Amino acid sequence: MAKELKLMKGNEAIAHAMIASGTDGYFGYPITPQSEVMETLMAEKPWETTGMVVLQAESELASINMVYGGAATGKKVATSSSSPGISLMQEGLTYLAGAEIPCVIMNAMRGGPGLGTIQPAQSDYFQSVKGGGHGDYQLYTIAPSSVQEMYDFVFDAWDIAFKYRNPVLILTDGAIGQCMEKCYVREFVPRWTEEERRKNAPWGTWGKPAGRGHNIITSLELDSARQEVFNEKLQRKYREMEEKEVRFEALNCEDADYIFVAYGTSARIAMKSMELARAKGLKVGLLRLITLFPFPKKEIARLAAKVKGMLCVEMSAGQMIEDVKLAAECKIPIEHYGRFGGIIPTPEEVLEAMENKIIK
Amino acid sequence: MANLDIVKPENLVYTKTKVLTDATMHYCPGCGHGTAHRIIAEVIDELGIQDKTIGVSPVGCSVMAYNYFDVDFQEAAHGRAPAVATAIKRLNPDCYVFTYQGDGDLAAIGTAETIHACNRGENITMVFINNGIYGMTGGQMAPTTLLGMKTATTPYGRDQKLNGWPFQVTELLAELPGTYYVTRQSVHTPANVRKAKAALKKAFENQKLEKGVSFVEIVSSCNSGWKMTPVQANKWMEENMFPKYPLGDIKVDGEIVKK
Amino acid sequence: MTEEIIIAGFGGQGVLSMGKILAYSGVMEDKEVCWMPSYGPEQRGGTANVTVIVSDERICSPIISKYDTAIVLNQQSLDKFEKSVKPGGLLIYDPNGITHAPTRKDINIYKIAATQKAQEMGISKVFNMVVLGGFLKLKPIVGSEFIHKGLEKSLPARHHNLIPQNEEAIELGKGLIEAVQVL
Repeated sequence: MAKELKLMKGNEAIAHAMIASGTDGYFGYPITPQSEVMETLMAEKPWETTGMVVLQAESELASINMVYGGAATGKKVATSSSSPGISLMQEGLTYLAGAEIPCVIMNAMRGGPGLGTIQPAQSDYFQSVKGGGHGDYQLYTIAPSSVQEMYDFVFDAWDIAFKYRNPVLILTDGAIGQCMEKCYVREFVPRWTEEERRKNAPWGTWGKPAGRGHNIITSLELDSARQEVFNEKLQRKYREMEEKEVRFEALNCEDADYIFVAYGTSARIAMKSMELARAKGLKVGLLRLITLFPFPKKEIARLAAKVKGMLCVEMSAGQMIEDVKLAAECKIPIEHYGRFGGIIPTPEEVLEAMENKIIK
Repeated sequence: MANLDIVKPENLVYTKTKVLTDATMHYCPGCGHGTAHRIIAEVIDELGIQDKTIGVSPVGCSVMAYNYFDVDFQEAAHGRAPAVATAIKRLNPDCYVFTYQGDGDLAAIGTAETIHACNRGENITMVFINNGIYGMTGGQMAPTTLLGMKTATTPYGRDQKLNGWPFQVTELLAELPGTYYVTRQSVHTPANVRKAKAALKKAFENQKLEKGVSFVEIVSSCNSGWKMTPVQANKWMEENMFPKYPLGDIKVDGEIVKK
Repeated sequence: MTEEIIIAGFGGQGVLSMGKILAYSGVMEDKEVCWMPSYGPEQRGGTANVTVIVSDERICSPIISKYDTAIVLNQQSLDKFEKSVKPGGLLIYDPNGITHAPTRKDINIYKIAATQKAQEMGISKVFNMVVLGGFLKLKPIVGSEFIHKGLEKSLPARHHNLIPQNEEAIELGKGLIEAVQVL
C-alpha cells in the first residue's frame, strides 16, 4: 500500500490524499490556517492526471453547496475550511445530512469566537458533534493527530461516507495543518468509473436512464409523520455507527491510575505529559479519541471503573469534557485543562494540571 | 377509466409530455409555474435529453418541482441552486443541468451564487420565475416587487426610501461576460408560451456550445399573492410588470441586443 | 535518540528552510520527524522560528517548551530561547549583531560566525547551510548521505544545480563552529 515516504504539512497531506483517494471534486474558499489545501490542489493540477475537478468558490456558502450538488450525483466531493468558514457552512451541512449525501469536510480549527485568531484551537467541538446546523443530525467526526493520519483519514472518510450515506468531518486544527511530518503516501486509487459510480451510489442524480424512476435528492418532507419516520431512520444509522465505527487509541491505560483524555493536537501534547509523568513514577495513561462522533463512550466507562481520575485536555474552555463525564457517569473525578484563543498548552503545564487537579 | 379510453386516439390533439410525472401539481389556479414546467419538460423531451438532464429546484413555491419533472432532480438550500448546479455540471459535463428559481431565491438570498455562477460562465440553463412577490411564504415583498405594490411586508406599498428599488437582476446579469443568452419571456398567452418555449429550447441547446450561462426570465403572475383573479392578474401584469420588466431578448449569442 | 531543536532568527535568514532540510534528511534516514513553525505569541517580535524534532521513536508533542538545542541567529532569538535550553543542552549562536552574549552556566555554548563568513565569500544565500553544518558537526544526528537526499527532496528541481554549493556550505560550517563554553 505504501508507495513513497515524504515530508509534508498536514494541510498538504489532505490535498495529496484527496487526489490519491480518487476524489472527483474539491470546492473551497481560502481561509487561514488551511489555505494550503486548495493551493496544493491547484499546483498539482489533478484535472490533468486523475480528472479531479478543483474550483475556488465565491464563499464557503457556495463551496458547501457545490459539495451538495456534486456529491448528490454520486461522486466523491470534498471541501475544507477553518472555523469561521465552517460556521458559514452549517446550513449546507444540515442539508447534506438531511439529504444523506456522502462527502468529506475538513475543519482546521482556529481560535474564536467571531473572527478570533488564526492560531490553533479546538473550540468547535460542540459545533462539530452537537449539531452546528439545525435539526437532529450527526456528522461522522474523526480527529487526526498527525500528518500521517490527516492523509490516511481521507481514505477512511470515503469508506464511511458511502457506507452510511453521511457527511464525514475531519476535525483538526491549525497546528496539525501547519506542522510537517513524514508521511507514507499511497498508490493512487483510481476515480470511480461510470459503472462504479452507479453501483456505489444508486441513489445519485446523474441522469435518469430509461427503466428507472427519477432520483430525487432533497431534505424536504412536509408530512410530519413521514419526517418522523425519516428521522428515526437517521437515528438508527447513528446508533449503528456507535456500535461499529468507534475509534480511539489507548496508551499506557491498562496499569494507569490516572488518564488524560484528549484528541488531535492536545492528545499529542498529553502524550508528552504522560511521558514526563511516567519519568516521575506516576502511573499516567492517555486515551486518545479518534472518533468524536461516534464517541468512545464504552471505553471511557470501562476505564472509569478502574482508574482514580481523568484530566480532559482540550484547546477550548471545556467542551469534550461534557461527553467524557456523561460516559463516565461521574464515578471518578474528571477535570478539564485547556488553553484557548489560539494558545497551545505546553506538556509541562498539562502535567502540572494533572498533578494539581486530579492526583493532588 | 383513463383519458385514453374516452378520447379516441384519432381525436387526440393534445397530451401531457412524458417528461412530466403524473403527480398533481400543487400550484394555485392561474399560476404560471405549471405552464413553465410544462414547456421546459417539452423542450427536454423534444431534445431527447431526459436521461441526461439534472434539475435543481429552489426554496419557494417551486420547491417541489422535483415531483413533477420525470428527470433526476436536486432540491437546493434557499438561493444556492446556482452553486449546486455549478458542481453538477463541472462533475458531469455531458449532462444538461438547469436551475429553476423564483425572485426571492435568485435575486435576494442567492444573489452572490447567481452572480458568480453567471460570471464564471457555467454551462448551465437558469430559469428565473419573476412574479414580484414571495408566494410560498405568504405574499411578502420580493426584490422585484414594484414601487407602490402592496405586499404582506409592504402593506402601504413598496417605498423606495424604506425598501429600495425593484431589482432588474436580468439586465445586470446580461452585462457579465459569463452569460451567453439572456432573455425575458412570459407564459400568460398562447403566443407568449410559444416564444418562451423557443427561448428555453435555445437555452438548453446552448449547453452544447460551452459558452456560458443561458438565462431565461419568465415574468409571471401570482394572483393569490397579488389578491386578484387570474384574469385580473394577467392584465395587471401587462400594465405594471412589463413596463419595468419588458419582454424580449436582452443578450443573444454573447452580444447585448437590447439596452 | 530524540533531538528537540529550536531554530530562530529574522525572517529571510532561511530559518524555516534550514529546519525543513534537516527534517527531510531525517525522513530519508527513516527517522521520525516533526517540523513546526512558530505559533501563538512566539510569532511576535519580528522573529521567525521553527521547532524540529528528530527521533528514533514516535514523536509526542510537536509543541514543546524545552529544547536539547537552540540555534539562534539574532539578539531577540537569543533573549527568547536561551532560557528554554534544557540543562546540559546546546546553544549555538551567530555573533553577528549580538550585543549581549549568553550567560547561562549550565549549558554548552558554541558560536558560528556564519553571517560574516558568508558575506566575505559571497555565498549569503546558503548562509543557513553554514549554520546547519556547525550544528551537524556537534550533533551528527543525520548522516551526510541523507543530508544530500534531504537537499534533493527539499529544493525544487530547478535548484538542484545548487546542491553542491549547499553541501560545501555545510562543510564550511563544520570548520567554522567554535566552542565558547563546554561543560
